[in-house]
Amino acid sequence: MSPGYDPAMAHGGGAAESERIERVLRGSLAALGQGPDTVLQHLIAQQQVFSHVPEPAIDRLVAALGVTRAQILAAIDFYAFLHLTPRGRFDIRVSDNITDRMLGNAALMTQLCAALGVRPGEPRADGRVTVDFTSCTGMCDQGPAALVNGLALTRLDAGRIRDIAALVEAGTPLAHWPQGFFAVSNNVQRPGLLLADLEAREAGLARLFAQGGPAVLAEVERAGLRGRGGAGFTTALKWRFCREAPSEPGHPDKVIVCNADEGEPGTFKDRVLLTAYADLVFEGMTIAAGVVGASTGFLYLRGEYRCLLDHLEAVLARRRARGLLGTGIGAGAGPGGGFDFDIRVHLGAGAYICGEESALIESLEGKRGITRKRPPFPVTEGYLDRPTVVNNVETFLAAARIAEHGGYWFRSEGTDRSAGSKILSVSGDCARPGIYEVPFGTPVAEVLADCGARDTQCVQVSGAAGVTLTPDEFHRVLAFEDLPTAGSFMVFDRSRDLLEMVRNFAAFFAHESCGFCTPCRVGGRLVQDLVEKVAAGAAGSHDLDELHDIAQVLRRASHCGLGHTAANHVLNTLEKFPHIYRERLRRTDYTPSFDLDAALAEARALTHRDDAGSHLPADA
Amino acid sequence: MSNEQAQSTFTLDGRRIPFEPGQTIMDAALAAGVYIPHLCHKPGYAPHGSCRVCVVRADGRELSACTAPAAADMSVESEVPDIRALRVAVLQMLFAEGNHVCPACEASGNCTLQAVAYHCGMLTPRFPQRFPRRAVDASHPDVILDHNRCILCELCVRASRDHDGKRVFAVSGRGIASKLIVDAPSGQLGDTDFSADDAAARVCPVGAILPRDAAFRAPIGRRRFDVAPVSRVGDVTPDPDAQWPAVDALEEVTA
Repeated sequence: MSPGYDPAMAHGGGAAESERIERVLRGSLAALGQGPDTVLQHLIAQQQVFSHVPEPAIDRLVAALGVTRAQILAAIDFYAFLHLTPRGRFDIRVSDNITDRMLGNAALMTQLCAALGVRPGEPRADGRVTVDFTSCTGMCDQGPAALVNGLALTRLDAGRIRDIAALVEAGTPLAHWPQGFFAVSNNVQRPGLLLADLEAREAGLARLFAQGGPAVLAEVERAGLRGRGGAGFTTALKWRFCREAPSEPGHPDKVIVCNADEGEPGTFKDRVLLTAYADLVFEGMTIAAGVVGASTGFLYLRGEYRCLLDHLEAVLARRRARGLLGTGIGAGAGPGGGFDFDIRVHLGAGAYICGEESALIESLEGKRGITRKRPPFPVTEGYLDRPTVVNNVETFLAAARIAEHGGYWFRSEGTDRSAGSKILSVSGDCARPGIYEVPFGTPVAEVLADCGARDTQCVQVSGAAGVTLTPDEFHRVLAFEDLPTAGSFMVFDRSRDLLEMVRNFAAFFAHESCGFCTPCRVGGRLVQDLVEKVAAGAAGSHDLDELHDIAQVLRRASHCGLGHTAANHVLNTLEKFPHIYRERLRRTDYTPSFDLDAALAEARALTHRDDAGSHLPADA
Repeated sequence: MSNEQAQSTFTLDGRRIPFEPGQTIMDAALAAGVYIPHLCHKPGYAPHGSCRVCVVRADGRELSACTAPAAADMSVESEVPDIRALRVAVLQMLFAEGNHVCPACEASGNCTLQAVAYHCGMLTPRFPQRFPRRAVDASHPDVILDHNRCILCELCVRASRDHDGKRVFAVSGRGIASKLIVDAPSGQLGDTDFSADDAAARVCPVGAILPRDAAFRAPIGRRRFDVAPVSRVGDVTPDPDAQWPAVDALEEVTA
């Protein structure tokens, strides 16, 4: 693997530098083609080699792809993992989910920065290293975690940080780092209906070949399968809409997209599914292709899971070799065989919003991940305006098993409105974090008992955008009709200060807002500022009223689901855990109308000063 | 009479609004002469849905009127207290986000943000001003681009792309750091193929894209929204009985 790029080389040899950029570009152009929709993948390739996107590459891409320079700059500026100026040769990003914080990532960050002599986010003067925070990297069951040049580091502790700092100082290529640093465990603690059976038999595909698309679609319908990404749309209905959608004359192709942009803080089940069950996921996608009549497939893999890329490409290559992908799949095996379909892995580049299906499609098209307006829905106008099915990793896995075993088998578990099982990512304060597959309808308390959680203060179900539960709600059940969830299940015991959770989530949403609509773009930042004001002990009760009001504006007026749910944690905790706010208020009865230092805030902002001399002492 | 009965309608604050299939709530309302406050929307432009000022409640669901398709017998609430309050909060966010200094702004009186704020009853600022440091781009001979006023409505992006056949503007970055950029290696408007004759030069609802030679030609007090409220001249089909000057006449005054 390439350890990245040494900026010191660039200053010396301009010609050699251009030659290297050109070589990387020719490679990615040969692999991906010159469609305008490939631009993001080319930028990621440049970033990975040069630790930024060099100017000459931008000029070449403008010429080769027919996109504007502004569009390229806009994309680089949008995605957290793309940069216009070089990062360090070792680009380290420490995962900053609340579960990482609970495991002590702040102290490790301080230790690492001190050992390397860097400040967070700033490349070291010699270009050797950058250390920064990043949103949840999906390793909550084995944190604190980080990424180095895109590859996951797990189970960080003071000793490992010391070793990493030494390896960086020595310039040791990543290939020669101890492989244990990159070890990722699956941690399947409770397999259920789907995970108990690892074997890929391609039996679902065989049924498709033998019985045809309509028969398989009928089984998926009978199963009552609903989307596992959280929203819970009926999968068979989505497939049927796409199957029945007229193709555009110029572009007869329909598209199957697997959403592996698992960005919700606290969720990591797709990582495990793609590691241990990739064949089943691809089988499910191929079945979907046969049902709707699609020949193009994408797996949109979040950039944080780059460590899975080689493995996934190998699985795809094996499937092509076996005739399970490519042209004439299942030809001669029955009425449902003989179709063309292939799957390409597209990488994300650090944007939570791209987990939303229409933003994901925009990103697949090489643009900033901005959610589209609806209608039209992706099933009629998706990727490049073609009818497109976007499903979660777990949904495709379930569909493959349903095609094999039938709809009644799937319905044998779960509730009337939530058939089957749900795969949970359990993390936080518990003895056995990891993957738990439970039948829908399972009470929260049962999961807590299973994972060895003690003295639990609250559970955050379905991630930062989800719902905060108090102990007297632990009887509630995981199901679309009670607690719908994409699978994130974060446990907080009574030793935890829940305001730390609120601060973490508020910062997360302010960072991850795409910026398209006013409530989320501005309101998300206002929420973060007010939460920090509470944490600093500087808020009055009026600030809590404002926090509540702004949260409601986000929920009611935002453009997409990110904004609608971005302040749930504030509304939930204001209602259920008011003491975490109240006990920090400076004034509870009234807010003084005049605070001398606060009154200078505008002057400071106008003059862009925030030094000690621009503040008045607290007692002034 | 039979034709009228066949026409589908929905109600907007109790008033029946006819619509054609495919029309949005906004399209149908403006065509019927009923104003719904909006900033990023403009008839003839692809609906956008980003400013969220046109939020309405349709059959109990809050959504943007400019992107929501009209449906038969839908009940839409717009000028009701809680929706008005929601709009005011959204407007107050926009005023806090940028540097909007109405008394010092050339667009005052022609500014849709200002006019919509008056219409919605926004009386005061509310949130802490962010005072972002933004540049004024005076590189173009005919037009000034003042990023301080930009509200990211992307009307110029759409105008340049869809009406002018150019791609001069784009929005870059994300979250609160989102910003308007232009397509030139220097990042300067003067180095793009932008022209004062472009639709994009005249579409800005605020004072971010300002023609140089028109500055202060129309005195304060005689500008578009000085003489008629936005609810009468803000893209609404002109009412033949209106006591206000026609929009075209006003544009001559301000041009």
